[in-house]
Order: sequence, then structure tokens, then C-alpha cells
Amino acid sequence: MALLEIDGLSKEFDGLRALDQVSFATEVGEILGVIGPNGAGKTTLFNLISGIYPATAGEVVFQGRSILGMKSHQISRLGIGRTFQIVRPFQNLDVEMNILVAYGHRFYPDLWNSMGHFRKNEILKEVQGYIERTGLQSYRKQLTKNLPLGIKKRVEIARALALKPRLLLLDEPSGGLRFEESGQLMDLIRTVRDQGISVLLIEHNMQVVMDLCKRIVVLDHGSKIAEGSPEAIRSNPQVIEAYLGKSLRPEEEEG
Amino acid sequence: MPYGFVMISGYLITILITVIVYAMLAHSLNIITGHAGQISLGHAAFFGIGAYTSALLYTGAGFPFWVSVPLAAVVAGIVGALLGIPCLRVRDDFLAITTMGIGFVVEAVFLYIPFFGGAMGIGGINLPGWFGREMSKPEYFLLILIVFILLILLDRRLGRSWIGLAWSSIREDEQAAEAMGVDVVRFKVMAFVLGSSIAGLAGGFYAHFLTFIMPQNFGFGQSIVILCMVVFGGIGTRWGPILGAIILGVLPEISRPIMEYRTLIYGLLLLAMMRFQPGGLLGEESILPKILRWIQYRPSEQG
Repeated sequence: MALLEIDGLSKEFDGLRALDQVSFATEVGEILGVIGPNGAGKTTLFNLISGIYPATAGEVVFQGRSILGMKSHQISRLGIGRTFQIVRPFQNLDVEMNILVAYGHRFYPDLWNSMGHFRKNEILKEVQGYIERTGLQSYRKQLTKNLPLGIKKRVEIARALALKPRLLLLDEPSGGLRFEESGQLMDLIRTVRDQGISVLLIEHNMQVVMDLCKRIVVLDHGSKIAEGSPEAIRSNPQVIEAYLGKSLRPEEEEG
Repeated sequence: MPYGFVMISGYLITILITVIVYAMLAHSLNIITGHAGQISLGHAAFFGIGAYTSALLYTGAGFPFWVSVPLAAVVAGIVGALLGIPCLRVRDDFLAITTMGIGFVVEAVFLYIPFFGGAMGIGGINLPGWFGREMSKPEYFLLILIVFILLILLDRRLGRSWIGLAWSSIREDEQAAEAMGVDVVRFKVMAFVLGSSIAGLAGGFYAHFLTFIMPQNFGFGQSIVILCMVVFGGIGTRWGPILGAIILGVLPEISRPIMEYRTLIYGLLLLAMMRFQPGGLLGEESILPKILRWIQYRPSEQG
């Protein structure tokens, strides 16, 4: 059964079609790659799924339930966690507090519950679990503004995991990272998947996408131009064209 | 001699009450601006709404102090929620201008609508009665002090609750907070309502102490004075705004020249703070807390 179904999703910004009739579905327990050149509409797609702005047309169904038109906080409470392309941790809060904010999603809806104390032992123990899963043990009490980019990205993932999500939307997790950091992050994404959380992954680093994903969706100028296995995508002429441009006329190519 | 003593203590108690009302105001603005990160340049409006509500209920409808002042907090809280709605859609500099506008509108309503007494204001608001007599000023001070301590305890409680955590996340990054399941609109309204109702309560106390209120007491200048206290003492800290209110509230009282050049001195102090201690006196990175921490940890290092 599909976890997330996207059907004919479109978004216009003042007449500019950022996303045009995009449809695909993610299965439970898979890492689905979303690739495409800059401006293809990948981040727009994420922002529509996570409810940051409303769609112009189409449908988004999560676990058999339409989530289009829901507020961002409602969608995250339903079990869709996300990270941001340009990291947005809570800069002046330490790593533990960053995770606690997301952990609190189950207390926020009720006034009485939200009056409750957040520094309780059993809660901190669970938060420690997220810290260990993401390898942040040595940064627990550090303000996130002082941490290197690779660690900030881990904090974002830890925070998203504390939502107890069924689906994670990762927006360019390896962007700006050194080779080793990016390798460690890939391992983390794999363990997340192995724990039964599906991942929708936007990525520019082809190595990362080809390694992690069994299936890839390719966007270009807001439309889906291909979907399939890494091998099929690699040899798809439309995809090659989108990335490298149309081949020139033979005489120009020679000259 | 005894007469002189009464004079001094009378003056002292006036300063104490003024300062504690300011401390309550700074504390309430700190909930909106410090904890939830929503700048407000119109906080005196809610101070005024509280003062006028209490004054009108007391002088017009004949409600006793013990009813009119709590109702002042309720009315200020409700108006805070209503006026908070336009503020939810705007951020940062736009929010500053919107709240400033709210401040001007409220002051104008007091000034131009005859029901509120116009420029003449409202008089005849007395100190509360208890045990069949009027409360003395020191007793009144103690009453406000007790209420204020309860409010500080509430603030402490909220600071350790999910509400406090949600406010911190909104202050840091609204969009990321939403993505983490924080209902930003709801928690912002909560901060506006709580901050406004405490300001309204302070207004009620102030009206019954002054016995006479005018629109000018609740204008833009007053909003800025409250904001100065919060920033000077340390925005977002629990004790900073209170310390700021004590220092900036007492300064003009201890010397006449300071009173005359009050705005100038506040302005210069604020400029100096922004340059040298942007976190305020009790800000995390400021000198004062560092010295305190040094004193606290020094003995253990020696021993």
C-alpha cells in the first residue's frame, strides 16, 4: 500500500508554474529519490506536502487521508517529518531542546497537557535515545548555532525523528557536506529506513541518490519527466537532456 | 520629626508602587517579546485598557476594587486576543509598526471618546477598602507585591512547560516550529493574551493608586519606556526586565535632573547597552551574569 500518494499536484506563483501535474507514490519502507536541475520544483514539492503553502491543484494523500489544506503543524503531527535545504535548527537552543520541541508535538494540542513539565526523566531518556540514534552524544548541551553544518543536519534529522514520523522529507541532506560527513549521513538515512520510516530524498549528489534509492523521480521545469530504477534513470535520454542540454547539430558539435 | 518621617516614607512608598507597576509591565511585555519573540511597540495600550476598565467599573458601575481589577485583566486579555489577530499575519518590522498603530488607536479612543473622559481623564478612583477602612499605601504595595510574586511563579512554571518551549521555538524560527508540530498561531495568541492581561492588571493597580488617569499615561512614550526596561535588563531572561524596571524606574525619582532629561538618558543608556551589552544586564553573555557565575564557582575551585 502506498504511504504517500501525490496526484496531479500543481503550484503556481503569480502565473509561474513551479509544479505542473506531478503524480507519484511512495511505498512503505522505501527511500524514494527526487532529483532534477535547479529550479525543477523539488523544494516546492516538499513545501506543498508539508503544508507550508497551499497547492493550486491536485491531491496529496497520506495513509489514505487527504492532507491538502491542512496546516503545517497538523501534517507534522500526522507523521511527516522534514528537514530544510538551508538548515533551520533553533539556533539559540541546545541540541536536546531542539529535539524536545518536536517531542512536544503530542502535548501541544491540549492546554492542560501543554502546561506540563518537559524536563521529566522519562522524557529526557527518550530524547537521549534520539540523540544516540543520530550520533549526537557529544553535542547534547551545545547551542546549535555553534555546531558545524554536518552536525546541524543531524540535529534536524533527530528533531524530525522525535515526531515519530512514518515519512521523512529530506531536502538535500548531503548539500555542503564533506565526503566523510556525507557518507555518515547516508548510513544514518539507511538506518532510519531500516527502522521502518519511509524517506523522500531530494539530492543533488548523484552518487548519494544512486546508492540509497531503488526508485527515483525526476523533475524538470515543474513536471515529472521520468520515474524508475537508478539504471533506467541514468540512461533515460530525457533525463540526460534535462541535465546536460540537447545535443547540438552535428556540424557544430564537430566544430 | 515624626511628620518628616511620614513624608519620607510616603514618598518612598510612592516610588515603590510605581516601580512595582513598571516591573509588572516589563515582566508582561517580556512574555510577548522575550519569550515568544514578538516585538510590541504598543504595550502601554493594554496597560491603559486595564486602567480605564477598572476606573470605569469602579467609578461608573460601582464595582468594588476586588472585582474591577481582576476584570481589568480579563478585558485587557480579551482585547489583547482580538488585537493580536492582525499581529499574527505580520512579522518583525511590520509587527512593530502594527503594534505601534494599535497603541495610537487605543490612546486616541481614550482621548476623543467622551465616555472615557477625554483629555480630562477619569478621577475619583480610590485605594481599595478592606476591614471597613481604606487600605494604606504600604498595605497596597504589599498586595501588589504578593500578586507580582505569584505572577513570577507562574512565569517560572510556564518557562519549564511545553508552552514555554513552544514559545522559544517560535522566537527562533516560526516555520521550523510549525514543521515540528507547534501550532504557531495558537501559541502566539496565548502569549499576547497572557502578556496583555498582566499589563491590564498592572493598569488596574496603577489607576487605583494614582486615583486619577489620563490618556497620556498610556501613550507611545510609555510603551517605549516599558520596552527600554525589558531590553536594558535583559530581554527573554526572567529577572532582567524586573531589574531593568527597578533601575530605570528609580533613576528619575532619585534626582530631578534625571527626571527632566529622562528620555534623553534612557536613549543614551539604550544605545550604550546595544553597543556593549546587547543581551541586557542579565543577558546570558553579559558581564554581570559572568561575574556572578565566577563568584559562584570560585570557592569550589579553591576547595
